[in-house]
Amino acid sequence: MLKTRIIPCLDVKDGRTVKGVNFVDLRDAGDPVALAKAYDEQGADELCFLDITASHEGRASMLDVIERTADQCFMPVTVGGGVRSPDDMVTLLAAGADKCAINTAAVTDPDLVRACARKVGSQAVVIAIDARREGDGWGVYTHGGRKSSGRNAVEFAKLVAELGAGEILLTSMDRDGTKSGFDIALTKAITDAVSIPVIASGGAGGVDDFAPAILEGGANAVLAASIFHFGEATIAQARSALNDAGAPVRPLP
Amino acid sequence: MVTTIALIDYGAGNVRSASRALARSAELIELDAKILMTADPEDILGADRIVLPGVGHYADCMAGLQSRPGVIDALTEAVRHNGRPFLGICVGMQLLASLGLEDGETDGLGWIPGVVDRLEPWDSELAIPHMGWNEIFPRSHAVLADLGDNPHVYFTHSYAMSCEDENHIAATFDYGGSFVAAVMRDNMFGTQFHPEKSQKTGQKILSNFLKWNP
Repeated sequence: MLKTRIIPCLDVKDGRTVKGVNFVDLRDAGDPVALAKAYDEQGADELCFLDITASHEGRASMLDVIERTADQCFMPVTVGGGVRSPDDMVTLLAAGADKCAINTAAVTDPDLVRACARKVGSQAVVIAIDARREGDGWGVYTHGGRKSSGRNAVEFAKLVAELGAGEILLTSMDRDGTKSGFDIALTKAITDAVSIPVIASGGAGGVDDFAPAILEGGANAVLAASIFHFGEATIAQARSALNDAGAPVRPLP
Repeated sequence: MVTTIALIDYGAGNVRSASRALARSAELIELDAKILMTADPEDILGADRIVLPGVGHYADCMAGLQSRPGVIDALTEAVRHNGRPFLGICVGMQLLASLGLEDGETDGLGWIPGVVDRLEPWDSELAIPHMGWNEIFPRSHAVLADLGDNPHVYFTHSYAMSCEDENHIAATFDYGGSFVAAVMRDNMFGTQFHPEKSQKTGQKILSNFLKWNP
């Protein structure tokens, strides 16, 4: 059977990691490629780069980061941030990414999901949904979680799955940065609604937070940033915690 | 002696990833390899080994291959007549089948009789695409030799190949049923998974392919 994936996520701006990263034995903690390599060696199952650059120059440096990562890390890489067209995806995939995450552009124009899936295949199309509690349900937010789209998260997840998305990267904006654990109710609501894989994100405060997202929330993968970057937890500890809780991870060769 | 590897570049994705992974795998076994990302029939006919990658739609990949003048003829000559070791990856493997059923019917190369159809696990709770790391159960084959216990590799696909002849199945995986993870026939080998994305296990498989003398 498929194993639970652990995915460290790096925020990149102008080719450099932005959130302070405190990593043991790393000469340049601002170099996303060095971090990617460290995570690769630790046994991460996938990597995610989130490009938070606004400028064109920054975008070019992101391509360079992807190329250099793909030169050294033989593992799946997802890149998100600023993807607005099928051609953007083609450019990122050609540089060495395996999947591209779209957020705002898919919310504004869901047909873009179909166009991207048609162009590069569903397996490369990840829809990043930033969800926040609204009444009894959850709403979809854009622009880094600042702007409400007026869409319901569950309905939107169903829509993008129908349009050909290959995976959903689900971030709880209520939990993001709080370290209070994943939003299990949100995760379960989305995984119950769609049959494509779902990556749970937002709120990981310790390695024991991962298993509930899989076992109760029904997610296929967990994504976290700060707890790995600041050395609070290693990938190995996350792997053991998941295994012990009954959410098997792959054995490392 | 330089080993020339023709990595077929026909507009169907991740040629660069495959190229880097092959280069690294060659280094690991100290093989002097020259990797040509090419759609030139001359390169294909002159190569010692041939790798056909592929991601995306079956019909698009087949059309991509057909649109490169002389490529299918050169592949047929090199692989089917001259016996060059061949590796197909993901859709590159699926194209070996006789027929693909993704969005309508598309004829494949037909070198390994079989059909590529939607992956349908008996458990409807299982997510499709089948995406992530899964264990493979290999049969005895040089390309899958010495992978250690419980080898895991990276998959990402919604369609799977079934073989008319069981003897062409090189490995299976479990996902609400047993499905084809790799195929083999004479000098041809194909993987549904991505060895170029499967870290050390993938490197070992690619190194094995580069050493394989069918």
